[in-house]
Amino acid sequence: MDFLLQPWPWYITGPLIAITMLFLILFGKTFGMSSNLRTLCTISGADKYADFFKFDWKSQRWNLTVVLGAIIGGFIATQFLSNGTPIALSEATITDLQAFGFTNIGEKLVPDEIYSWDSILTLKGLAIIIVAGFLVGFGTRYAGGCTSGHAISGLSNLQLPSLIAVIGFFIGGLIMTHFILPLIF
Amino acid sequence: MKFLKFLFVGIFFGIVLVKSEAVSWYRIFEMFKFQSFHMYGIIGTAVGLGALFIFLLKKFKVKNIEGELIAIPNKNKSIARYLIGGSIFGLGWALAGACPGPMYILLGTGVFSMVLVILAAMLGTFVYGLLKNKLPH
Repeated sequence: MDFLLQPWPWYITGPLIAITMLFLILFGKTFGMSSNLRTLCTISGADKYADFFKFDWKSQRWNLTVVLGAIIGGFIATQFLSNGTPIALSEATITDLQAFGFTNIGEKLVPDEIYSWDSILTLKGLAIIIVAGFLVGFGTRYAGGCTSGHAISGLSNLQLPSLIAVIGFFIGGLIMTHFILPLIF
Repeated sequence: MKFLKFLFVGIFFGIVLVKSEAVSWYRIFEMFKFQSFHMYGIIGTAVGLGALFIFLLKKFKVKNIEGELIAIPNKNKSIARYLIGGSIFGLGWALAGACPGPMYILLGTGVFSMVLVILAAMLGTFVYGLLKNKLPH
């Protein structure tokens, strides 16, 4: 059972993600996580302000249930299926992050330099988190999908719009990683 | 009861994404730096096998549990919305190190500050909804 506690290799987890999509298709749904943000907006009363949020959110309860499951899955994976193995990042990545002044690189899933309360409770730290979330929420809805909807489902279905969206994901991601992150850290 | 299967799909998805380390900010940084094959291996095998699944479902006219033929709705034709919207999302993905699925999963792993990212993402979605008709699509 020890292999279950180790990180799982990409050639196991990639196919398991495809199987997640397959189950949702067989259940008569599509794989798409970002649309839950719109549902949460509608539940919070956004339909009073824009027609975009006027829809029957109850038809999306199944997807909110997937979200609830995903949270539980995250809990199970870290509490019962992990042995604290650090992430086996490449040497080049570690060197780059050391140059940013990051420490304990890869020991947790996310860096304390961004996600610890000490970091967030500074003006800069709070701005990073808020801007990051805002761009994800705005961009996914504008593009009509995120990694699950476009990169996995859309490309699997050989849809050109999804390929264009994924090219966009990389344009934005490369600009952030290569030009903006070095200015921030 | 009908929601139970979706709960299990979510749990499965959450476990797989944590064990793959795809929820890790570090892995996203490494991917955009082209310093490891890891994330490309995950996405590549997911898309490759996913394409095979969809091809076979259509070829053998498989029906879903509602008794309908499998049909994945086509996305509207456009370049601007996918390229601009996609790039905006990409900026956020590389900064947060998390896309909408992992945001929730990370909450479950104990990264409670992710609540703020999710709230900000809701705000971003809300502002998109307000501006939708003024943006090129």
